[in-house]
Amino acid sequence: MRKFKEGFIEKTLLTSALITVAVTIGIVSVLAFEAVRFFKEVSIFDFFTDSQWTPLFTDKHYGILPLLSGTFLTSAIAISVALPIGLSISIYLSEYAPKSFRKTVKPMLELLAAIPTVVYGFFALIIVTPYLQGIFPNLSGFNSLSAGLVMGIMIIPFISSISEDALHAVPRELREASYGMGATKLQTAFKVVVPAASSGIIVSIILAISRAIGETMIVAVAAGQQPRLTLNPMVPIETITAYIVQVSLGDVQHGSIEYRTIFAAGITLFAFTFVLNTISYRIRKKYQSKYE
Amino acid sequence: MNKIQVNRWKDQLFKIWGIGCTLVGLILLVLFIGDILIDGIMRIDWGFVMNLPSRKAEKSGIYTALMGSLWILALTTIIAFPIGVAAAIYLEEYAKKGRFSALLEINISNLAGVPSIIYGLLGLEVFVRILNLGASVLAGSLTLSLLILPIIIVATRESIKAVPSTIRDASYALGASKWQTIWNQILPASSGGILTGVILSLSRAVGETAPLIVVGALAYVPFAPSNPMEEFSVLPIQIFNWISRPQHGFIENAAAAIIILLLVTFMMNAVAVYYRNKWQKKWN
Repeated sequence: MRKFKEGFIEKTLLTSALITVAVTIGIVSVLAFEAVRFFKEVSIFDFFTDSQWTPLFTDKHYGILPLLSGTFLTSAIAISVALPIGLSISIYLSEYAPKSFRKTVKPMLELLAAIPTVVYGFFALIIVTPYLQGIFPNLSGFNSLSAGLVMGIMIIPFISSISEDALHAVPRELREASYGMGATKLQTAFKVVVPAASSGIIVSIILAISRAIGETMIVAVAAGQQPRLTLNPMVPIETITAYIVQVSLGDVQHGSIEYRTIFAAGITLFAFTFVLNTISYRIRKKYQSKYE
Repeated sequence: MNKIQVNRWKDQLFKIWGIGCTLVGLILLVLFIGDILIDGIMRIDWGFVMNLPSRKAEKSGIYTALMGSLWILALTTIIAFPIGVAAAIYLEEYAKKGRFSALLEINISNLAGVPSIIYGLLGLEVFVRILNLGASVLAGSLTLSLLILPIIIVATRESIKAVPSTIRDASYALGASKWQTIWNQILPASSGGILTGVILSLSRAVGETAPLIVVGALAYVPFAPSNPMEEFSVLPIQIFNWISRPQHGFIENAAAAIIILLLVTFMMNAVAVYYRNKWQKKWN
């Protein structure tokens, strides 16, 4: 009886674990299924080369490039804010700051990542854009600049927290050896500690990029709904994610080509984040036990 | 100045830069929240919480959205909590090291990195269309449950890992079976960490907007849902809807609703941190 019960419990637990596999299979097959039907009507060549994305207009074009450039632009702005600030924070907290300061500040910074993203959208549209318009008078009401900047603030803790963990894990002896040679803290940090923790830092950056690419509400609120093949941060653009939101808010018939565009856009997004996540997982596995 | 002095200078400069960067994040956080408070605090009263949505900004309330969020929160907890913990127990206590468990691990790590809007597309096709649940509270909760599953699993595994093996050995030595050991010893010992992870993941679910928009949650629902099969809105979608309107009154409403949403999120985070600290003390 006891053996039977134990076996039954194990099966139940295994089923729960298998649900996670089912989710992945579900995501891939749903995206692939609808995307294949999409590509029966639109050629893959056009999808990747046409410079216009206008599935909701009468003159329909299905070129993903404008959405990709929008996604790339906002992510690039976000990373160029979050990377230097996040990395500096992690080095400061791990190498310079007193222990008590580090212990209070780290959770406070992590609060930045806990704020719902729609709230950041509000910041970007209502606070940051009007402020930036004071500096750049020709800045549009919707633009990738303020969306990207605010997104950068949001992902600071992704970089600072994970990098700080990696820096903190570097053994004390390496630092002592460097100080013993007469190096300053700064020299030690950049020439010894950062290289030793580089895999963890790279993982944090990749995760931040993946997060920026998939971020939805900030760009849906503040960056606009105009797919445009441009790298100009002052004008309205549209990202892949914002397009999916735009279509979902409207009244699109199930089974129509418009309906399938969101899955075609979705599988493109999924492909990018999947590659990034896989790379970061590989790096993490490879170097996990380095200093343990 | 000789080289040593230059290096000391650089060192001091970086220290100031580092403090500056650390403070920038915190100051912006304070500035943003301060601005929201100024915009919205005057708008919050009993009527704002209890009123139904309306076309007029000053008559609108968040009642239906708030109830929708509570429904989503409750159902998501019921669905995701047992599955997540069970999956974590399997991975940590039962799964043998090998290809299969490696595959499960890669899979969960990848799921954690899938953008939330993709979960929305999954929910739209599977729950809304194929299972024919419509744009209901249940479909939304199932979608969010899948979204937070990886977070719960990772947190639960970490907490189970932290339980000293002496406790396990003692239980086995007394003749307890594997499941008795897990149920009576390991789970109680790791409950603080598990609770922290679950609360954090739920605070994420409360703030999620994009997947629910894709699933078909509405910006305007006339009544609060009374059962899991009804249509719904949630607080973040209500906020999104108000932000998108040009009239100033709605911006004020959005700010007020944000205050309430942030209150909920921060409270959940505070509770989670409290449990984590309490639990960490136990083993250190």
